[in-house]
Amino acid sequence: MTNHWIDYQNSDVIMAIGVNTAENHPVSMKWINRARARGAKLIAVDPRFTRTAAAADLHVPIRPGTDIAFLGGLINYALQNNLIQEEYVRNYTNASYLIHPDFAFHDGVFSGLDTNKYDKASWAYQTGPDGAVRKDPTLQDPQCVFQLLKKHYARYTPEKVSQITGCPVETFLKAAELFCSTGRPDKAGNILYAMGITQHTYGSQNVRAIAILQLLLGNIGIAGGGVNAQRGEANVQGSTDMALLYHYLPGYLGHPKAALHPTLKDYIEKETPKTSYWSNKPKFLVSLLKAWYGQAATADNDFAYDYLPKLDARDHSHISIFEHMAAGEIKGFFAWGQNPAVGGPQAMFERSALEKLDWMVVVDIFETETAAFWKRPGANPQSIKTEVFLLPAAISYEKEGSVANSGRWIQWRYKACDPPGEARSDLWIADRLYKAIRAEYEKGGVFPDPILNLTWDYGGAGEGEPDTSRVALEINGYDTATGSPLANFPALKDDGSTACGCWIYSGYYNDLNNPPCKKRQKEEAGIGTHPNWAYAWPLNRRILYNRCSSDPAGKPWNAAAPVIWWENGEWKRNDVPDFGWKAADGSMIPPEKSAANPFIMLPEGQGRLFAAAMADGPFPEHYEPVESPVANLLSRQQNNPVVVFLPSARKWTAAAVGEFPLVATTYRLSEHWQSGIMTRNSPWLNELMPEMFVEISPGLARKLGIASGDKVVVYNRRSAIIAKACVTPRLQPLVIGGQEVEVVGMPWHWGYQGLSAGPSANELTPHVGDANTNIPEYKAFLCAIRRA
Amino acid sequence: MAGNTVLIDTSLCTACRGCQVACKSWNELPAEKTVFGGSYENPPAFTPTTWTRVVFREADGQGVRWYFGKQQCMHCRDAVCVNMCPVQAAHRTALGTVDIDTGKCIGCGICQTYCPFQVPKVDKAAGKSRKCRLCFDRITNGLLPACVQACPSGALSFGSREEILARARERAGRLKQQGYPQAQVYGEKEMGGLHIIYVLTARPSQYGLPEEPKVSVSASVVAELLRPFQSLVAASAVFQWAEGAGRGKRTYS
Repeated sequence: MTNHWIDYQNSDVIMAIGVNTAENHPVSMKWINRARARGAKLIAVDPRFTRTAAAADLHVPIRPGTDIAFLGGLINYALQNNLIQEEYVRNYTNASYLIHPDFAFHDGVFSGLDTNKYDKASWAYQTGPDGAVRKDPTLQDPQCVFQLLKKHYARYTPEKVSQITGCPVETFLKAAELFCSTGRPDKAGNILYAMGITQHTYGSQNVRAIAILQLLLGNIGIAGGGVNAQRGEANVQGSTDMALLYHYLPGYLGHPKAALHPTLKDYIEKETPKTSYWSNKPKFLVSLLKAWYGQAATADNDFAYDYLPKLDARDHSHISIFEHMAAGEIKGFFAWGQNPAVGGPQAMFERSALEKLDWMVVVDIFETETAAFWKRPGANPQSIKTEVFLLPAAISYEKEGSVANSGRWIQWRYKACDPPGEARSDLWIADRLYKAIRAEYEKGGVFPDPILNLTWDYGGAGEGEPDTSRVALEINGYDTATGSPLANFPALKDDGSTACGCWIYSGYYNDLNNPPCKKRQKEEAGIGTHPNWAYAWPLNRRILYNRCSSDPAGKPWNAAAPVIWWENGEWKRNDVPDFGWKAADGSMIPPEKSAANPFIMLPEGQGRLFAAAMADGPFPEHYEPVESPVANLLSRQQNNPVVVFLPSARKWTAAAVGEFPLVATTYRLSEHWQSGIMTRNSPWLNELMPEMFVEISPGLARKLGIASGDKVVVYNRRSAIIAKACVTPRLQPLVIGGQEVEVVGMPWHWGYQGLSAGPSANELTPHVGDANTNIPEYKAFLCAIRRA
Repeated sequence: MAGNTVLIDTSLCTACRGCQVACKSWNELPAEKTVFGGSYENPPAFTPTTWTRVVFREADGQGVRWYFGKQQCMHCRDAVCVNMCPVQAAHRTALGTVDIDTGKCIGCGICQTYCPFQVPKVDKAAGKSRKCRLCFDRITNGLLPACVQACPSGALSFGSREEILARARERAGRLKQQGYPQAQVYGEKEMGGLHIIYVLTARPSQYGLPEEPKVSVSASVVAELLRPFQSLVAASAVFQWAEGAGRGKRTYS
């Protein structure tokens, strides 16, 4: 999130799109309700009438996978009706930048497409002889970003949006009028999103569309505004910060690639921008290497850079791992708090891929479907050779450590009770695992140095629990000479004198006696930033890009909820400034200086309406999901031209339009969580939501002769599952280009294990991925339904 | 935490059902085996081990609506169960809430038969009538009722009846201005006044609540007949008759 949960109370219009906030993030409603008590409005954009829609002032039904059409329509509406916050756009975004004269867009494709990859040369900024970007502050040059943007989205008329999304024109216009009313400087529009936005073959572009809209309306960096990704797990923010994803090191440092970065010098030269805060990247990486390899990391050996594994040219995202596994290329696998047999797309394929492993270790609180894959319905255990180890894990209340929420607040959580039986904390398991592996490498090995020289001094002797505060100190960073904690990341050096396990966290545990992440003081007065409650990365900053909360001269756009503003020659602050505000000598840096680069993480320093960094185009463009019942009504380019289409997916993807007529989407319920392994073993929760079901419209039910509560078969080429029908007016057919299309929805919580076993919706989802991130397209695919 | 009244502001309820689980957790009530019958609502009715539940009602007229209303014992000030209980097991507590003394309860089921809200349910095996106690053990020890404690959205709050009524009127008034012309307070006068006060955004029946809960005529007759009886045997005998007389005469179903 750019902002944080409590800040929702400052919003004037909240748009939930691709997120079912009332059902899946119940606490969000406390703050949304606070805003609504002041008169704020809530818009729920969702194919289904959800519990969020029930609370909303306006429900906007759109077909799954048409978010860019809808958001593009809002962008166009804001531009055509001059509802944008022009001074903000002119000063804080790249609207005035001139783009390469060869840049073009034709019939759904940007310039530079070479089969399934873009050559982005024509997407570059124009530069003058001095190397500086050429700009037109009047925003009139036809090659400036603003004009290109306007032209691109002029095609997204209300009528076209309606034809693509199925949302009636009048409903779209109501949503557009309401949300674009936040383009006024003193109004805050907030966009919430989650997996309904990201899990598409153009999911990253869905997020980009949100960012563009928010920049145009001046809603970034202000209280009550933002682009707010709501995380679906208690600590998935923390996991991502710590490099859960394969292509990152902790703190979002790109993982070194074998071909590009064989040496530290290569990495630093190629990955360090000249401008922006990322120019400090060498300090972050060297401090990370010092944290990991300690004394063995010296300037002479490039701080043991060679110890880091390097990425090969192949993809290693979730769906690719399972393709490689199915091909027999992976021998061993850890499923640690993860249950791909239920949560992975094309689940039948992913389950069978596990059969190719020699061994698998599952660390979880119950025997998951993944752990039990060898005895799953239809499997013959005798023919499966995979050796499975199930390590019982402690749950959150049975261990201590930090948890980072969606708003980047790192909060310490204490242990309430001991885990049962042989269950142990993840840290204990990791500690024992390392020590056992180390013991093996002490006997010799191919390349033992990275293991033998790893810093691993967290205690945990014998059967004891390792000391979480020692781990926390390493993450926070310390002076390598004295061992004292670093105040925060501006103290990091690239000479080996500092060690830091995750630079963005630096500061969260800088006082061993009173670590900021353990603080619990409520704010007495202010705008709800609560600076002394927990610690928000980076630098305890609660609202990112907050220089944008005031105008170039430092006057707050909204005096009722100012974040940082210039008054009587100094910066007044309700938050930690996200810009250079104080010189080394303590004097205040005047607002004109920071107005030129309020986005300090970007080399150009200004928000990107046009983003050449994307793999699939500098502007989001509407494409159809890989499985769609209709042709793209906006261009002849049916799908994202650089979609990641994995080999197994081709086999099982609907070939002919009409073969499977129903658009399906998946979702979660308040009553269950993720793959259900925790909640489907809780009888109280099973009482509330006892069985797998599929939601269908009354019209479709009539056509198929189905009554609510009947058993039905939901099927496509990938699988067929039996579920109970939930016939409800909360789902209605949508008219797409004159054709009525039925949408059906299924929760994905069930699997063959647990107290409430049931079929998995993910047996029906495809193995196709987003062009930038490879996230699978769970949220829009095709199926058919018949009576069971 | 002086109080005896819960406010249920349906305009803030998201039907997460944290209240249902919290009730079971605090009162150590076992889960029931349920099936998915086409609605999110579950269990489908009160039972001896389900004391509160959220009702989900869909309406499809001028656009789809989905109404959520938490239900439980209303703790009526003029409570049929208290008035009719032959052994004074159902009684008004010092706080004004309604409780059933399980030591005294004989499981005759008169409260179950005549409650206009169909709340108490007799546990046949134990021979006891069971229902929400407004967490008497918690509220007399300075804690919020378990359901209120668990509510994440601010839909439930707790206080004195006067405070809660004032808050309810203020909320209903505001909702009327915010596009809910039918916003209203429920529980102020019903059954002599309830200790559960609702802010509704539509008619009570949309939330599965009786529009005008009443004591049935037969209930008054039975109450008169029961008054002289104190012994279990006599009460049981009368119950046999009362159960027959009361059948089909509920004021609301």
